[in-house]
Amino acid sequence: MKRIIALLVALVACFSLLCLPASANELGLDESYYSRFKDQDISINVYNWGEYISDGSDDTMDVNAEFEELTGITVNYSTFATNEELYDKLKSGGADYDIIIPSDYMISRMIQEGMLLPLDFENIPAVENIFPQYLDTNYDPEGAYSVPYTWGTVGIIYNTAMVDEVVDSWQILWDDKYTNNVLMFSNPRDAFGITLKKLGYSLNSTDELELRVAAEELKMQKPIVQAYVMDEIFDKMQGGEAALAPYYAGDALTMIDANPDLAFATPKEGTNIFYDAMCIPYSCQQKEAAEMYINFMCEAEVAAANIEYIGYSTPNQAAFELLDEEIRTNPISYPDDELLVNTEEYVALPGETNLLMDSLWTEILTTDDQFLTWLMPVMLIAGCVASVVKIVARKRRRAREMADY
Amino acid sequence: MKKSWLSRCYVGLVMFFLYAPILVLIVYSFNENKSRGVWTGFSFKWYQELFHNEIILQSLSNTLFIAVVSSLLATLLGTAAAIGIFSMGRKARSLVMNVTYFPIINPEIVTGVSLMLLFAMCGIDLGYLTLIIAHMTFCTPYVILNVMPKLRQMDQHTYEAALDLGCSPLQAFSKVIIPEIMPGILSGLMMSFTYSLDDFIISYFVSSSTSQTLPITIYSMTRRKVSPEINALSAIIFVVVLVILIIVNVYGARQEKQQQKRYASYL
Repeated sequence: MKRIIALLVALVACFSLLCLPASANELGLDESYYSRFKDQDISINVYNWGEYISDGSDDTMDVNAEFEELTGITVNYSTFATNEELYDKLKSGGADYDIIIPSDYMISRMIQEGMLLPLDFENIPAVENIFPQYLDTNYDPEGAYSVPYTWGTVGIIYNTAMVDEVVDSWQILWDDKYTNNVLMFSNPRDAFGITLKKLGYSLNSTDELELRVAAEELKMQKPIVQAYVMDEIFDKMQGGEAALAPYYAGDALTMIDANPDLAFATPKEGTNIFYDAMCIPYSCQQKEAAEMYINFMCEAEVAAANIEYIGYSTPNQAAFELLDEEIRTNPISYPDDELLVNTEEYVALPGETNLLMDSLWTEILTTDDQFLTWLMPVMLIAGCVASVVKIVARKRRRAREMADY
Repeated sequence: MKKSWLSRCYVGLVMFFLYAPILVLIVYSFNENKSRGVWTGFSFKWYQELFHNEIILQSLSNTLFIAVVSSLLATLLGTAAAIGIFSMGRKARSLVMNVTYFPIINPEIVTGVSLMLLFAMCGIDLGYLTLIIAHMTFCTPYVILNVMPKLRQMDQHTYEAALDLGCSPLQAFSKVIIPEIMPGILSGLMMSFTYSLDDFIISYFVSSSTSQTLPITIYSMTRRKVSPEINALSAIIFVVVLVILIIVNVYGARQEKQQQKRYASYL
């Protein structure tokens, strides 16, 4: 028994050693600003994307722990997977979030519906670290509701072992040389977005004709497409199962790390540029503490740690300057300005456009689908035959039993 | 001889079908790389990082806490309900049993949304309380359904005999009925625990910023990429459950043997 206890104690000691915070505590931040809420037992609820903050793994900074230590404010951190999930949670009224990090089009929708509180920039001095161009955006025209956290572009990730030519246009995703080697987005907004861009339209087009043309284009692409996927792109591209796929620049870096044959290109027709930005929703109880958290996230070291963890691009100038030379000059994360000329942000689309897009998307996915058209009648016939056989068998058995009597 | 070879193959195939996904998951939890498809080398990296990842650990402890509390409460409630339902008249009993089935056949998403609306209407803030109440609502029927057959199997006369032999009703209840239906109560408890542990849909609607459970955390990783730390965690959970099952089975087998020996010595 004693030996078992000793073993347990040793194990616990090992784990507590493992759990020790790995990063330095002193970041040289303004103590008088951050200590305003010390010993007041305040907590804030942060709602962020999954895997979207530096969490102390691999000797990185544990951002939330650092903030708690510095300010004495408790951070309740939870995560979501889609903008729509976040929207529903806020709309249902049961949520009590103080800080949320939605994407551009969702921010513009929330501003329109009065779901965000204007920020008091007096309390967020570190906002001066942000590149001025990222504070002047379409989704938040007044620049009053959000502070950008990350940005990125959509481009083409391809396997150089399978693609010889220069990749610089969306057109290559329609090239029948790569039949069964092309992956495509499985969400309509992104799929239509790149098709509209390829055709030279705006990716926020609300014109029915343009959308129908894009739908025809997507139908033409369908025989070439191996699969419509999102997350699986990682495994398929890393494993060399497909040659080309559209995806987000930051994730492309992760894939290239795992498989050096992969490369990334930003198409010349222009593409989608997306932002995720920190906002304070109307459910906020601790606005000043929430603004302190946003300020902390804008501090150079913190923003740099987050960006290194996430792999997306940073809108934070001070953090950008702390990054490795190799990352700063990487055209995947920070493409040349000329490539960004044609990029567009998503804006919230009107309801009828969303409906049209959804119905066109369903149409695309179900066109000449051999599988579904023959399967239904076959199953029906099989079901009928099975039930007839069963009835006949039962009748026969009953007749035999009667005869036995 | 040939038949046993064939049947062994078939069992092997079924086992492979059932356990291949778990095997892949465990193997890739030792992968050095973040990928789920490319093997680059053996390492314990993800296990180490798992113990650093406060978000995962916090949601794991939330999940366990809620599973333990709600399954215990549901077992208490369900056992009491089963005993009550059992002593009802025939018509009332079948009526109540049908109502009991309702939370089971009702689609989870309907239960989730309606619970969320109910809590919002009553002004209860979402959190541990709402999660525990929600989990109790779908766990209690399983307990009732597990305890009912045991009550039906039980010999009614043993209870009367206990009363005749001088037990008070309470004593008779705790010394005769409870031990008789114990296996049902335990399997009800186990079932509620597992259902509570892996519930996603209902928890999704009634959880809040401070009470996120593990399934929701894993789901929220799907925008980026599900972290291999989850593989490591699943592997640990799988091994723990396996060990517990082995211990329970070995213990059960040993007890049975002892009982047989005792019987033999009586004879």
